[in-house]
Amino acid sequence: MLETSYLIPFYPLLAFAVIIFFTRWNEKVSTYISIAAVLIGLLHSIGVLIAMIARHGTPLEMIAPFVVHPQLKLEVGVWIDPLTAVMLVVVTFVSSCVQIYSIGYMHGDPRVSRFFSYLSLFTFSMLGLVVANNFFMIFIFWELVGLTSYLLIGFWFEKKSASDAGKKAFITNRVGDFGFLIGIMLLAFYAGTVNYQEVFAKINEGAIPSGILSVAAVCLFCGAVGKSAQFPLHVWLPDAMEGPTPVSALIHAATMVAAGVYMVARGMTVFSASAEASMVIAIIGIITSLMAATIALVQNDIKRVLAYSTCSQLGYMVMALGLYGVDYAHHHHSVGYYAGTFHLMTHAFFKALLFLGAGSVIHAVHTNDIWEMGGLKGKMRVTTVTFFIASLSIAGIFPLSGFWSKDEIIAATVGHPVFMVLALLIAFMTAFYMFRLCFLTFTGEPRNQDKYHHAHESPKTMTYPLIALAFLSITAGWVGIPWFENGFSHFVYHGELHEHHPSLLIMFASTVVALSGIYLAYLVYHKKAISADALRMRFLPLHTVLYNKYYIDEIYEYLIIQPTMAFARGLWWFDAHIIDGLVNFTGWLTVKWSDLKQLFDVYIVDGAVNGVGRLFMVLSWIFRYFQTGRVQFYALVVVASAVGVVIFKVTPEGFYYYLGGVLVIAFVSLFLRQNRSEEVDLTRQSEG
Amino acid sequence: MNFPILSYLIFLPLAGAAVVMFLPKERFNAIRYTSAIFSFIPMILSFWLTWDYFFNFSSSAAMQYVEGPLNWIAPLHVFYYLGADGISVPMLFLTGLLSFLSIVASFNIVNRVKEYFVFFLLLETGMMGVFCALDFFLFYVFWEIMLVPMYFLIGVWGGPRKEYAAIKFFLYTLFGSIFMLVAILILYFSSEPRTMNILTLVQTAPTMLSHSMQLMCFAFFFIAFAIKVPVWPFHTWLPDAHVEAPTAVSVILAGVLLKMGTYGMLRVSWPMFPEAVRYFSIPIALLGLIAIIYGALVSMAQKDLKKLVAYSSVSHMGYCMLSLGAFTSVTAITGCMFQMISHGLITGALFLLVGVLYDRAHTREIAAFGGLGAKLPVYTGLMVLFSMASLGLPGMSGFVAEFMVFVGSFISGIPYFKVITAIAVLGVVLTAAYMLRMVQRVFLGEFNVQRWSALTEINARELLTVTPLAVLTLAIGFFPGPLSDMMQATIENLVQLMAR
Repeated sequence: MLETSYLIPFYPLLAFAVIIFFTRWNEKVSTYISIAAVLIGLLHSIGVLIAMIARHGTPLEMIAPFVVHPQLKLEVGVWIDPLTAVMLVVVTFVSSCVQIYSIGYMHGDPRVSRFFSYLSLFTFSMLGLVVANNFFMIFIFWELVGLTSYLLIGFWFEKKSASDAGKKAFITNRVGDFGFLIGIMLLAFYAGTVNYQEVFAKINEGAIPSGILSVAAVCLFCGAVGKSAQFPLHVWLPDAMEGPTPVSALIHAATMVAAGVYMVARGMTVFSASAEASMVIAIIGIITSLMAATIALVQNDIKRVLAYSTCSQLGYMVMALGLYGVDYAHHHHSVGYYAGTFHLMTHAFFKALLFLGAGSVIHAVHTNDIWEMGGLKGKMRVTTVTFFIASLSIAGIFPLSGFWSKDEIIAATVGHPVFMVLALLIAFMTAFYMFRLCFLTFTGEPRNQDKYHHAHESPKTMTYPLIALAFLSITAGWVGIPWFENGFSHFVYHGELHEHHPSLLIMFASTVVALSGIYLAYLVYHKKAISADALRMRFLPLHTVLYNKYYIDEIYEYLIIQPTMAFARGLWWFDAHIIDGLVNFTGWLTVKWSDLKQLFDVYIVDGAVNGVGRLFMVLSWIFRYFQTGRVQFYALVVVASAVGVVIFKVTPEGFYYYLGGVLVIAFVSLFLRQNRSEEVDLTRQSEG
Repeated sequence: MNFPILSYLIFLPLAGAAVVMFLPKERFNAIRYTSAIFSFIPMILSFWLTWDYFFNFSSSAAMQYVEGPLNWIAPLHVFYYLGADGISVPMLFLTGLLSFLSIVASFNIVNRVKEYFVFFLLLETGMMGVFCALDFFLFYVFWEIMLVPMYFLIGVWGGPRKEYAAIKFFLYTLFGSIFMLVAILILYFSSEPRTMNILTLVQTAPTMLSHSMQLMCFAFFFIAFAIKVPVWPFHTWLPDAHVEAPTAVSVILAGVLLKMGTYGMLRVSWPMFPEAVRYFSIPIALLGLIAIIYGALVSMAQKDLKKLVAYSSVSHMGYCMLSLGAFTSVTAITGCMFQMISHGLITGALFLLVGVLYDRAHTREIAAFGGLGAKLPVYTGLMVLFSMASLGLPGMSGFVAEFMVFVGSFISGIPYFKVITAIAVLGVVLTAAYMLRMVQRVFLGEFNVQRWSALTEINARELLTVTPLAVLTLAIGFFPGPLSDMMQATIENLVQLMAR
């Protein structure tokens, strides 16, 4: 079983490929292939878990090369340890339940095959993420689950809100990945490897400077902030509820959003090496948890309440892991690591159940608004009972699974009084908003008769998964009962194994808090002893802020998205007008320069050429008068020249007077001749 | 090597062009299929070359399939000298593949068919030649030869502003080439004995030239190559050329021509002037960083689908420049090669797909569409696939390339590179933003039934052109090992040359 565990992700991948390429046209076959693949994966995972228990948690690693460079070695590999084994079972189990449930829920949808192929692809990606043995590989699957989440949130892509939500989820996650990637690069540089165990060994050797380690840890955590919807990147999760409800259950409640928490647990050696980074994690966790819980108090959409609840519970786990890191860095030992991973597991079951239950309700009444429901318990027995079980579990009521894991989280805050007070407050709010939901949905009088009238219990494909999950919502926590020998805490742990001492005081405190939350919800929403409206009016400003989710979406819209778009448009303008303008200006300048050169050419260069010609024309105009063709003239010239020579010989000065005289006579005679020839010309013309 | 495979790669398309020239110009199909055959054979040869190189020569950094040096112009010491190594073989592969696919994609050209295919085949000759020339004169001849068919292909078969785009492309590239010519002449006249042999000059140039001369020659080559890549701020010819060029020409332009710039850097200026590379490495990486962020942001503001892809090219080639700055890291340079190949495949496919839509809708305005996913599921699937590849989704070649570029640059150990790389990672977020925004506005949402009811699904011929690219994108994404191994010896040698 263990040796072939690398096969587990491939079952759903195969199903994906088969559906996309071959059985897309046959909904039924596609559905069965997808479910069969995940069920095989579930059986295999259970086998792995049993084998892992049998070998007392000794981990197993399998490696294949991917790209190997002198400074960098990238591999694909499988790392199976108890945490992996538990997660494998959780993922395949929830995925199986959700896929079976989807047969009923998606019935009649025109794209059923595609839906199941996406679910298979998601399951593959999530399983790959879980079994990864290095940061490079976890990043690959990290992105792939992001892709499938995008595809599934926007599954009903004709709806603008759905496609918006998908895009928002992907981009918000990418912001987190920005940090994640930098964190991985820091580790790759300072540790020279991205393999978990090799990186951890380097850290334990002290080979990485502590300052760098803190930065790397915070950067890695950014990834978790995106994926696990922690403040300030939580904004995508509530919107992700636009996807089909089974998707919300599987991806946005039980598994994918847990990936961030899983990564923090997986890389605990990195985080716990830096008290500062761990403190950052714990603080982000508690802020998220508190913020989401307060928002959940006032939401009216059944899925949004659950989404904020998920956010809050994830913050709880992150806080526990962060506090563990702080304690570990200070050489204390706390239950935080165990608490975080344990709650990760129990939460997966009851939160998946809550979502599937909500889906069952939505399927029946065709609305998400809890104020249009009410009194459904008579019509939907299975849904009601299972939903209450899950609610009691998440509220932390003995002996359901949530009780055991939640207690451990509160136990992890021992030594951090502010965290403890807030954690208890959050537990109170959790109980309150969950039972507000329960009472408004299932008890009392139906508030919308029309919808109530049409409501009916969901088909068996939908209720059986609810029952299976309800069973685990009750019992999954029992593996962690503190009085147990070799319980969960002896199976999944970080570093050295430590004994835990159960604290009855904490159990008592958490139970009191949970019960009072439930009681308050009972008074307000069931007995109506306190008016909900009056409460709302009393705290109207606070209610408005909470109802609008602290306006964080609006803040992002006006502070980040719109300025970025404006900047982008500005850059485009800059590109088209300044940079390209410079290019075109250069071209224009060249043309103008050539125009200038043309002028030079016409007037100077060509002018010189023509000037030479004109000079010769002028000269020839003069010289032609010497070419009279009359012998007398030539004889005169000869005589005059001879006389000139003689005079020159006798008296050179006299020669100049002589020459001047000859020229004057020549010009005068020329002038006279000119006039005469014009007369001749005139006579010729008149003759003509 | 008895069989002169490189010469066949170069001159078969030229022979094809000659054959097409003798065909009667109204026999469209004869012309089309002749051209297809004469680009199909080089494609098969380039496949075989890759195969053979991978299995027989990938462990050596030496030139393989060497032809020559044969005396060509003796007084100038010009030789006919060809060879291929680990960085040219993948480029020849890409050229062979994309040329054939582009020719098939051009079957819908009906205007002056004969001239079109003649020019296209001539273009292929030029491209192949650049990637295996080992003599500067030959290199320069092939480099310039391509301009002519490209000019006509854009200028005759292009869109509304084709003349402007064609002239801009031609003059801009020519402007750069002149600097390259000067640098080549400097090298020629500095060498003793005179030579134009690139391999010899790579060995001798660092000792032959003074420091300042190296910097100058490097800068001259850089201008020529940077315009081709194009590196910011020399990029504005690209969007114009892409938008105006016919689909297949855009594919070649983005898929092969841009790579000639980065190939030239890796083949010529980087190993030849290591001092200059050291000197300029941070500015080069900064230019890459600017291109990544700037190109992505400008893409985000685009309203025209093709222009968006064009600007995404500017952004994606920025990754190449960033990694070229990180000259000490084998991973970074390998990442650069991966990015070149991957960008060729992905952007080539994106241009083909945009062309498919444009042929049917006669518009590329993003806002004109919406909800096409319901009407054209296969087309949408492909477009989403390549958009995801473009934004660096794991499982596809773009991710491997980006990851290697980032990690390689980050771990290169050159000062400031950690900060530069960290900022560059922001490009990943921005790319996701503009790609998904495009996908949403074109394919998701409400379908405009009245306007687009006549749109038809991608046809078999178009599917044939895109499918190989999809397969390769995925194959490299899942199994980058072979490609990396194939180039490793050559790149290690290059890195050593640059470390001199």
